[in-house]
Amino acid sequence: MSAPTSAVPEAPEALEQGTSLGHDAWLRLRKNQLAVFGLVCLAVVSVLCLIGPWLLPYGYEEQKLELGASAPSAMHWLGTDTLGRDLLVRLLYGGRISLGVGLAATFVALTIGVVYGAVAGFFGGKLDAALMRIVDIMYSLPFPIFVILLMVFFGKNIILLFVAIGAVEWLTMARIVRSQVMAVKRMEFIEAARALGFGKRRIIFRHILPNILGPIIVYTTLTIPAVMLLEAFLSFLGLGVQPPMSSWGVLIKDGAEKMEEFPWLLVFPAALFSLTLFSLNFLGDGLRDALDVRSSKD
Amino acid sequence: MLRFITSRLLQSLLALFLVITATFFMIRFVPGGPFTAEKAVTPEILRNLEAHYGLDRPLWRQYLDYLGSLGRGDLGPSFKYPNRTVNEIIGDKLPVSAELGALALAFALVIGISLGTLAAVYRNTWIDYVASTFGMMGISIPTFVVGPLLVLGLAIHLGWFNASGWYGPADRVLPAIVLGFAYAAPVSRLTRGGMLEILGQDFIRTARAKGASELRIITRHALRGGLLPVVSFLGPAVAGILTGSFVIETIFQIPGIGREFVNSAFNRDYTLVLGTVILYAVLIMALNLVVDVVQAWMNPKVRLEG
Repeated sequence: MSAPTSAVPEAPEALEQGTSLGHDAWLRLRKNQLAVFGLVCLAVVSVLCLIGPWLLPYGYEEQKLELGASAPSAMHWLGTDTLGRDLLVRLLYGGRISLGVGLAATFVALTIGVVYGAVAGFFGGKLDAALMRIVDIMYSLPFPIFVILLMVFFGKNIILLFVAIGAVEWLTMARIVRSQVMAVKRMEFIEAARALGFGKRRIIFRHILPNILGPIIVYTTLTIPAVMLLEAFLSFLGLGVQPPMSSWGVLIKDGAEKMEEFPWLLVFPAALFSLTLFSLNFLGDGLRDALDVRSSKD
Repeated sequence: MLRFITSRLLQSLLALFLVITATFFMIRFVPGGPFTAEKAVTPEILRNLEAHYGLDRPLWRQYLDYLGSLGRGDLGPSFKYPNRTVNEIIGDKLPVSAELGALALAFALVIGISLGTLAAVYRNTWIDYVASTFGMMGISIPTFVVGPLLVLGLAIHLGWFNASGWYGPADRVLPAIVLGFAYAAPVSRLTRGGMLEILGQDFIRTARAKGASELRIITRHALRGGLLPVVSFLGPAVAGILTGSFVIETIFQIPGIGREFVNSAFNRDYTLVLGTVILYAVLIMALNLVVDVVQAWMNPKVRLEG
């Protein structure tokens, strides 16, 4: 606006010059303060969880029974729990588990959902009808209940936890990918790829999927907090991560049991967990705007 | 319409059958049985117990027997509560959870729809921003954080409520708010979106030109269409409230069906696990069907496809 002579606005010109989707989105994302805040918070929390436990002079299992639950102090910045374990170390270790479960289970959901949705959308017809009918039926099943049953029966195995949560969360991803693939597959460049004699697999993975990365990225970002919530929900019911290991769900559960006498045991884990979920949701929303994906919630 | 409902009912029956079969065989292939935890059970007594409950018969026989009695509406005897049937236990506990769920849903709808409507009408003012912040909070702060924090503040420090229990009307307040809070947020976001779209349409301008008051425009003209996104959210919301009540019932020690379900799974109480799973599946499917029908009734543009 400063120079009235420049008639052509800058942004479209940049687009015409072929800025990549990533670069273009990054420029727009940077303007969204909340999304940037979320990104920075996430980076800080992740780095702390990764390297923090090495820097602190305590182990997550290390008990000081004579100390008991002590309020935050110079020795133990966030205090200790009833067994005299340092809360900060347990919080950071718990973060590794919670973030790890979030990423791993989302990856499972992403893989199943993208392949399933792409196949249904690309081939269409009867195959598509059958595949999507299965998704419809699975949608109507009480899945969290099955996850609870699985965790009760099969020994609270953390790998199983990834798989079970991932198996629940792929349905929406499959629907989103299917509708996007159906839109893209009619475009001319796909026709061209077909005319060049490329195989179906190559067309799906090399030509279609890269063009629908936007919605996939957005939904992935929004799946991670959902998955972390589910993990914490299970841990809160005593079905997730088992002691002496910690996760944010476990710490909140323990803190809630002792909040009357030792409120810091509840407040710090609850605050960190909520902050992380906030950041992920802000980032997801920001990405949705940046990648210009119409919000579709079914 | 009738064809749609019939085909959906058939689909639900198929899904229900799958749920029953999968659950039945899954719990049987799990190590441990309903009587393994009891101490001092001699092999002889164990055999008698199993014979009494028909657990000594071949698995496929038990499965068919179960389906048979299920057809008569009989969910069988509980293995852990002697002399009680699963029907009785569900009859005892379900009303508690249903009351909690209904109160929570009412709270979510009242708060969510009012906030969402206000945010749409006063778009881009501070009211809108407060409502959006509230929405983000509801999505990002889980119930098992809100619950204990509210108990800590309102019950323990201020002493306004009991920290747990389910006796008087005052005991309903905190659990319903905590459970409803998580759903008030998405409801308000959806209402805002839906209302914004409707308020921009021609027939609203016509109503305004005819001199209808703003209140009347909102309540009589805009809400019906503006609430459509909320209605389609109700199916997942009710399902979520059902499972969310596991946590609430644990936090507030409410004698509802959710806690019973988790305990029954730990206890390997085969029939009670199956009974509660069937109950949840039927509830969720029935509610989804109702939601679809209501949606069609509110918006003739929605095509009903079996």
